[in-house]
Amino acid sequence: MSIARAGPDDCSVGVPVYRGRFGTPQAERLLWRAGFGPREGEAESLAKLGLDGAVRALVNPGPEKLVGPRPHDDKGRRLAPADAWGHDHCWWLDRMVRTSRPLVERMTLVWHDWFATSNDGVGSQRLMLRQNQLFRSHALGSFARLLLDVTHDPAMLLWLNGTENDKDAPNENYAREMMELFTLGADRGAYTEHDVREQARALTGWRNRWSAGRGDYDFHFDRSRHDPGVKRVFAKSGRFDWRDAGHLCVQHPLHPSFFVTKLWSYFVPVPPDRTTLRGLEEVYRRGWQVKPVVQAILTHPAVYDGPRMVKPPIVFTAGLLRRIGAGITTTDWAWIGSLCGQQLFYPPNVAGWDDSRWLDTATFRGRWIAVERLLQGRQHDPGKPPKDWPTTAGGVFARSAAFWNAPELSAETKSTLHQVAQLALADARNGEWKQQQYPVLLGNALRQLIAISPDVQTS
Amino acid sequence: MTRIACDECTRAATARAVAGRGLPVVEPGMPTPAGTGLTRRTFVARSLGLALSVYGAGKLSLFDGGIAEAATGAPGPVLVTVFLEGGADALSLLAPVGDPLYRKLRPNLAVTGGAPFIADARLSWHPALAPLAQLDGEGKVAVCPAIGYDHPDQSHFTSRHFWEVGATDPRLLTGWLGRYLDATGRPDNPLQGLSLGGTLQPSLATARVPVAAIDGPGQYDFWVPGVWGEVEARMLDAMDSLGRLRSGDAAFATAANVTRQSATLRRQLLPFASDKGISSPVQYPSGDDSFPKQLQGLAAMIAAGLPLHCVALQASGEYDTHAGQKAALTPALNMTAASLFAFQRDLEARGIADRVLTLVWSEFGRRAEENGSGGTDHGAAGAAFLIGSRVSSGQVGEFPGLASLDADGNVKATADFRGVYCALLEQWFGFDADRIVPSGGRFQRPKLVA
Repeated sequence: MSIARAGPDDCSVGVPVYRGRFGTPQAERLLWRAGFGPREGEAESLAKLGLDGAVRALVNPGPEKLVGPRPHDDKGRRLAPADAWGHDHCWWLDRMVRTSRPLVERMTLVWHDWFATSNDGVGSQRLMLRQNQLFRSHALGSFARLLLDVTHDPAMLLWLNGTENDKDAPNENYAREMMELFTLGADRGAYTEHDVREQARALTGWRNRWSAGRGDYDFHFDRSRHDPGVKRVFAKSGRFDWRDAGHLCVQHPLHPSFFVTKLWSYFVPVPPDRTTLRGLEEVYRRGWQVKPVVQAILTHPAVYDGPRMVKPPIVFTAGLLRRIGAGITTTDWAWIGSLCGQQLFYPPNVAGWDDSRWLDTATFRGRWIAVERLLQGRQHDPGKPPKDWPTTAGGVFARSAAFWNAPELSAETKSTLHQVAQLALADARNGEWKQQQYPVLLGNALRQLIAISPDVQTS
Repeated sequence: MTRIACDECTRAATARAVAGRGLPVVEPGMPTPAGTGLTRRTFVARSLGLALSVYGAGKLSLFDGGIAEAATGAPGPVLVTVFLEGGADALSLLAPVGDPLYRKLRPNLAVTGGAPFIADARLSWHPALAPLAQLDGEGKVAVCPAIGYDHPDQSHFTSRHFWEVGATDPRLLTGWLGRYLDATGRPDNPLQGLSLGGTLQPSLATARVPVAAIDGPGQYDFWVPGVWGEVEARMLDAMDSLGRLRSGDAAFATAANVTRQSATLRRQLLPFASDKGISSPVQYPSGDDSFPKQLQGLAAMIAAGLPLHCVALQASGEYDTHAGQKAALTPALNMTAASLFAFQRDLEARGIADRVLTLVWSEFGRRAEENGSGGTDHGAAGAAFLIGSRVSSGQVGEFPGLASLDADGNVKATADFRGVYCALLEQWFGFDADRIVPSGGRFQRPKLVA
């Protein structure tokens, strides 16, 4: 690792920059952290751009192109993400798989987790998709602007009772989470219970209508329901409204450190050192822009020299699909996502998913099922071995690895899987039909084991 | 001979893979193995018998520990914790109908019509909690009407974290039950700390010993299309081998560990690996709700002798009732109380009720005064319940009355959750609580176990 001052066209002044080798393994890690893993050949071509070029390409991707087979449900019908259960999850998963702008999609996922809204509380896939589009359009833009737009986003207004926050009867739900989870953080001395109540007053006035046919609609600001009085927030006084509430949060001296630390945690599993933290804060303070902070994080040595991360379930799943060039052909992905601990549009609560605890015995089985589902219809029939199917442990292993486009595996993992292969082939010694079928059964089993190995669960 | 494995045949092969050496080898095309179609209970009993014979043969070392402990050791006490997520409104669960301020503070939301609470005539049960009132009448419930801690935090996540880790320490990363299991648990028994329902409950987070999370006991299988027989057995064994991979990298080590734990858990739950539902001596609430099903599976697992020790799960419903509280609370409490009631009756019918104690808790109570959305905002002291045949019934702390609210207009705590934890560790598990709860000596221990 080397630390260098950034060049003149680089905005990450003061933030350490990776200067080691940037080859295919580094490009592959970048694609996992900043997207959903490489398609065939993608890491190799990204590596040719060098670190700065690669990161620049990711943060400035140009118009989106969707590459690959179109998604459909189990009966071949188009997805209905606004209406049918689970289609919302599959629709977004498809976009993660087919997009030409992986970082934009990954940042959309970051905002979904950051401003975690669950359709369990909103009850409208249409409004959830509208919020999803908001996150996508602000993916790498201004956080200050994003915060304001989220504040009156219909799904958020329903989720945290924004349209029930009335001048005569304030509802604190959004005010509290806005400070605790979205901008300042708990237990840092950034705000008091009094600030929560005063911010709730500032945020009064949003309304919507409801009808049996249309559900919740007509989200609007109703001045007559807004509390116009003087509020005192963070020791400042004024006739604050919802815009002021947002500005007060992003201008709070403790906001930049909260923002950059939280954003960093999506890309690197260990906290930033002091120099990095200060540098990132400085970049962010220049105008609350997301892009330069992300750019500085993605060129940081910790991404390339630092520890591995457990891939979030949806990244793991999208990554496997990308790896073999497969499209969405079933809506099983929705319940499988839930088994893995990450059903899109249904985060567990307003704090989002716990990125430090993706793996336990239940979610591991979810990932196993994700791999198994992907293998359905793609396995070889042991009764009809393909021509020239190998009969040695090494040969069968190589075929199974090639199915996944040869993911990087540690020497220990390879040798473990080789031993499994040797034992399974030894079992076949006492039967002629076994000698014919076991190499194929083994090939199928090794596909599963490779994809579920600790090497592929992490990046 | 050609066939792609169907579900049935993979399951048969799975059973063979572990029950192993004493059984006829199942190959593709062979008939379904004997034992399929037996009732659940006999199947369980026979499977455990098979499992023990495997243990006798000394072939499957990881499998041995859990089942051996289950079969040979005296069955230990089980603590079940049930979390009401979102901050359940204590003033609706146990409505202070005898407090003159109740109707003033809750003009729209005051709860009426429930059974009186035996230990304090000012309080009455929410009508939907009638099953708990009935158990209370049988002396099987202890109630904490105002439980919390000093300097209450009104954040869901901070306050829940405090309860989960058993300390008002935002940096503590192990759960209070996790630390207990670290001190007393085994390195080879994930079932000792069991989360039901998708993901691990933080109270069970350990630093040392394995714990498990499952949806239910009957669904923990691992199959792959186009893989069966001996090769499938090798594949499942490979989960252990991958799980034993060592690495200095924390994320890699986590992935390897969970692979090994899943392999162990799969073997532990094999007795439940048939497609048949669990047969219970009592009726549980029907429908899609997972809570009664989880409790039903839990009773069956305890009855089958699986080595469970601490169990954590979430109750039915969502309790963050900022709006529409009345309509939201009734069905949630109905399902939760009816399920807990069925669970208690199930344990009684199976003759294991003396081994199980259930703690129902929430991260905080709600504001005494209702808000304008037909709901209530975050408060301080909340309600907790202990249920079980050996519970010392009555109340822990008392309802402090609505005339003495704190500066934020919230009910003040009259019992500390850490005192309850200490009492459970000492009186239920017979373990020194000061080793688990930081500064545990500071907290008064209520008498919880009769």
